[in-house]
Order: sequence, then structure tokens, then C-alpha cells
Amino acid sequence: MKNSKGFYFSIVLSGLFALSAMAQESTGYKVGDKAADFSLKDVRGEMVSLSNYEDAKGFLVIFSCNTCPYVVAYEDRMIELHEKYAEKGYPVIAINSNDDKVSPGDSFEKMQERAKAKNFPFPYVYDKSQEVIKTYGATRTPHVYILNKSGEDYVVEYIGAIDNNYQVPSAVTEPYVEKALAELMDGKKVSRNSTKAIGCTIKWTR
Amino acid sequence: MKSNVLLIFVCFFVTNSYTKDELRIVDFDELEGEFKTPSDKIRIYNFWATWCAPCIKEMPHFEKVNAEDPELDLYFISMDDGRKPERVTGFIEKRSIKSPVILLDDVDFDRWIDKVDPSWSGAIPATLFILPDGSKSFHEGEMDESELLEKINQLKTKLR
Repeated sequence: MKNSKGFYFSIVLSGLFALSAMAQESTGYKVGDKAADFSLKDVRGEMVSLSNYEDAKGFLVIFSCNTCPYVVAYEDRMIELHEKYAEKGYPVIAINSNDDKVSPGDSFEKMQERAKAKNFPFPYVYDKSQEVIKTYGATRTPHVYILNKSGEDYVVEYIGAIDNNYQVPSAVTEPYVEKALAELMDGKKVSRNSTKAIGCTIKWTR
Repeated sequence: MKSNVLLIFVCFFVTNSYTKDELRIVDFDELEGEFKTPSDKIRIYNFWATWCAPCIKEMPHFEKVNAEDPELDLYFISMDDGRKPERVTGFIEKRSIKSPVILLDDVDFDRWIDKVDPSWSGAIPATLFILPDGSKSFHEGEMDESELLEKINQLKTKLR
């Protein structure tokens, strides 16, 4: 390396890169963190908050949208999860955080259309300011956060995918979310509390 | 009858060679084998899909940068539905994609995402750079031409 200035500059630069990578990883919730409540507008026009659900033992908070093919592949499974687990105390709340200028198909009106077409039995709310998704730290759709009520707190117990086969529900060998819920309802810790999946990027406001 | 057999043979041959040249369909183990194959170039593996708008937006930048620098070797790794490869072959044709496209048909995502890079959340676009010495560098999210050039320069500085 002839240019020592350049050399030191590259060290400083790589240091900065490492720092920014660390900063990125540390944003958002990890399993074990307490989740903040929110107040977001549902497609039916009402405001939805975790505190609205007095009897809930927890929640399946799913960062979702209208336009992602993975979400579309999972919509029926999201409905099934709600129908199976809401009565057991774990309702689904679907949140769309995509910017409607960057992704016009994810506007509030389009959300209303999608919710009606699919007859969503769960709230589908719009996080227009993207504050909720930034607080949670979701990076893709669909991205599931299982919250479990502990006293007055909502503790994050699982972050990840719904299961391990988006294409064919009958070919799923790891129903991550259902397994996690079964463990929570048994009073156990979630054994596999974090999974990854390919998903659509969040369309951030520019 | 003879001509029918010939026709079938020609069709088979054409389809087969088409798939071979234009689009290979692999599982992650096969792709990982390629990651580990030595190369004296900087290999760029860009994860994308035909339905992913930011991916499609950045593809021309990758193709341009790759075409202008003989030290680079670009591959597009499609995350499209492996049951419908015609969506990808149609896209390659329509957009005149020059670089090799590989369809990664492996939906058990959690099994392999960390093997590409532990920092990858799974969102696409995402790009893996493999240097001639086998070391890796990873970027999640869209890149424009200047960001890509900056990244490559940074990697080349590391090599020298």
C-alpha cells in the first residue's frame, strides 16, 4: 500500500461500516423485549390498539401488505391462524407499513379493497408514519412478532416466518408460529424463537 | 411418424439447451457449492425476483458495471417460484438480461439464509460479493450505480 493516507482512510471507513452494521442490527425488538402499544387506523375506520383487547393473552402482530407475493401466498394461513387462535387469546393484527407513494398498491383504499375481497376476520391497520415498524424493527413482509402478555407488559416471544413452505401449505414441515403458540399456551418458553424467510422489502418513505 | 419422432427430439433438445443456457434451477446446496468454487474474479450474486420492483430497478446498474469491468463476474439469483420458471425466462428475454440467471428453488429459507450471510434479514434485493481469496461481503437493499462502484472499489482496496 503506497498511499498511507488512503490506507488509514480505508481503515476508518471500514470501521464506520462496521459501526453502521451494528447500529442496524441493534434497532428494533429482540425476543424478550417489551413491545410498545400503538394506535393505528383499521380498514373499517376504527383505531386499533393492543390495550383494546382486554381478554387477549397475546398477539400475532404480522407486518404485511397488499402487494407482496409471499403475503398473498400466506393470506389464507393468516386467516386460519386468527380463526384458530383468537378464541384462545392470541388474535392476529396485520399492519401495512409500506409508503403509498412508493408503492401505490399499498394505499389505505387498496388495503380496504383487499380486506373486503379476502374477508379478513382480523384488523388490517395502516402504519402510515412507519413509526410502529421502525420501533418493532421488521424488515420484510410477511414478518411475524408473537407477543405474550405478562402482567401489564407485552413481551416479544417470537420473531420470524409463519412456517417453512410458502408455496404449499401441505408440504410445511415446520409450523414455526403454531409451535411457538402451543409452547406459550403450555407456559413454556418458545424453543425456536427466531426464524428467517425471504420476503419483500419494506417500501420506506423517501 | 419419423418426422414426429424427429420433432419430439428437436423439441426436447431445444427446450433442454434453452434451460441449460438461459436458466438453471438449483437448490441451496448446489448454489453453495458454486460459492465455494475458486475463481480469480470478484463474483457478484444478486438475489432478486421478477415481482420485486426495487430489484428490477437495480439490475441495469449491475449489468452495466459488470460489462465495464473484466474483473467482475455477475450472477442473478432468482427467488421466483420454481414451479413457474417461464416467468423468469420470459423476463430474461423481454429485458435482454445478459448475465447468467440461476433460479434458486429452495423454500426452506431459514435453513440457508444465514449461510449466505448471518446479517441478511431475508429481504430482497440483496447482494453477495465473493472475492478471489474466498472472503465474502454482503449488502442488503437496493444499490444505485455509484453505490455499487464504491462497494467494488472498497473490495478491490481490500485485495491489494
